[in-house]
Amino acid sequence: MEYVGKIFVILISSILINNFVMSRFLGICPFLGVSKRVETAVGMGAAVTFVMAMTSLITYIIQYVILEPLGLEYLQTIIFILVIASLVQFVEMVIQKTSPTLYQALGVYLPLITTNCAVLGVAIINIDEKYDLIQALFNGVGAALGFTLAIVLFAGVRERLELSDIPKPLKGFPIALITAGLMSVAFLGFQGLIK
Amino acid sequence: MEKILLSLLSLGGMGLLFGAVLAFASKRFAVEKDPRAEAIREVLPGANCGACGYPGCDGFADAVASGKAPVDGCTVGGSPVALKVGSIMGVEVEEKERHIARVLCQGDCHNAVNKYEYRGIQDCVAASMLASGPKGCSYGCLGLGTCVRACPFDAIHISDRGIAVVDPDRCTGCGKCVEACPKNLIELIPESSLVQVLCISKDPGKQVRENCKVGCIGCRLCVKACQFEAIDFVDNLARIRYDKCVNCMVCAEKCPTGAIYADFSKRKVAFIDEDKCIGCTACKRVCKFESIDGERKQKHRVLADKCTGCGQCVERCPVDAITLSVRGN
Repeated sequence: MEYVGKIFVILISSILINNFVMSRFLGICPFLGVSKRVETAVGMGAAVTFVMAMTSLITYIIQYVILEPLGLEYLQTIIFILVIASLVQFVEMVIQKTSPTLYQALGVYLPLITTNCAVLGVAIINIDEKYDLIQALFNGVGAALGFTLAIVLFAGVRERLELSDIPKPLKGFPIALITAGLMSVAFLGFQGLIK
Repeated sequence: MEKILLSLLSLGGMGLLFGAVLAFASKRFAVEKDPRAEAIREVLPGANCGACGYPGCDGFADAVASGKAPVDGCTVGGSPVALKVGSIMGVEVEEKERHIARVLCQGDCHNAVNKYEYRGIQDCVAASMLASGPKGCSYGCLGLGTCVRACPFDAIHISDRGIAVVDPDRCTGCGKCVEACPKNLIELIPESSLVQVLCISKDPGKQVRENCKVGCIGCRLCVKACQFEAIDFVDNLARIRYDKCVNCMVCAEKCPTGAIYADFSKRKVAFIDEDKCIGCTACKRVCKFESIDGERKQKHRVLADKCTGCGQCVERCPVDAITLSVRGN
């Protein structure tokens, strides 16, 4: 029971308190790039969720089966990048072959996240926090859900901003960055939710 | 030394392994693509505007290759692209005239009155929900740029006077703005058509006059003036039939409010080559504006101030002695 409680804490923590975009400032590139419309934001979120779950799993195995026994922890970053990039490419090919519908929904976003820092971040945090496999998986999924939450909310705000009468110098990216900042401040409110 | 070797080997080995897996996967999971789809994709404009009804140019190329979409479905590319796509698919394609979007309203801030000041969401759809918009004329252009945002080609802009204007050079006739406009004010018009009724108000003349200086007041002067039955008159509003209009521009001259627009700089004039003219008077008889002078067996002459450039005489002349050219040249 205590274990389930811990997993729950990890999930809540990675979704809200240590939100990848809003608190850790990882994955800002897709956060700003693919957040013009809610529809695409949801697609991106789904793709990230999928990739982060896979990554958490694979990098965990690589870390404890290959890197640690060989004493190669210092190669962690570069190997994780290698693993993530090839994994995403591989998954993209498999999806394209097996499920054209899923490929239509996720296909365009998958190449975008091959070298996303948020994905690498979750892999490294998993190791740093000394999570076990299940916890790592939940941390990955939680982080991705947090990313999805942030990007979808942000896209909703941006859709409304499009129609507002914004002073000319602030139109487009400036107001988007200000909005992102304000959202980040709002997410600060979750700090201290869990002791 | 051992450590360096170990790290080199493990990193290199992993790289090699992943590379091999990817290479294998790309063969194993290769999706057979129709080579024609890729060839079609090459000749498409690549704007991914979606005007064809498919998600982007890739979707359209696939649909054409599998026979679901017509070869001339890309409105943006027009005939040149349709011809190329047709040759890839091995189909004959008819030449189609290019169409250009036109905003059928001239009710800018100088010409039309507003009934209230609008400060809400800067969007025509939102504004039109509030008593059909701030403009006095409920048919008029609101100028809040819904069409501008819909245009994938940056071909439509809000003028200084506050209504939407299409840039004909950039317009590809994709029809996105036509769908976006909540007032149904934008129409795709054949490129060769130089005369348009720039008003869609169905209000009675008196009311139109109160709201707008350049609206169609339903006086029917244009209908009487038109010699070619190219103007329909329905619901207090003149409409030009582009298939019958010969661009003589007489209606635009007669229109008392200026609601009919004609590009007078492109107005044509007939010219008779006296060497070829045999004096048969065929052109004189067919001319509806009495602009051809000359007796039987004599060389004919065009009275340039009366000629409207309608081109009837050109078609009628048995010896091809008449040519049309743009006035001023």
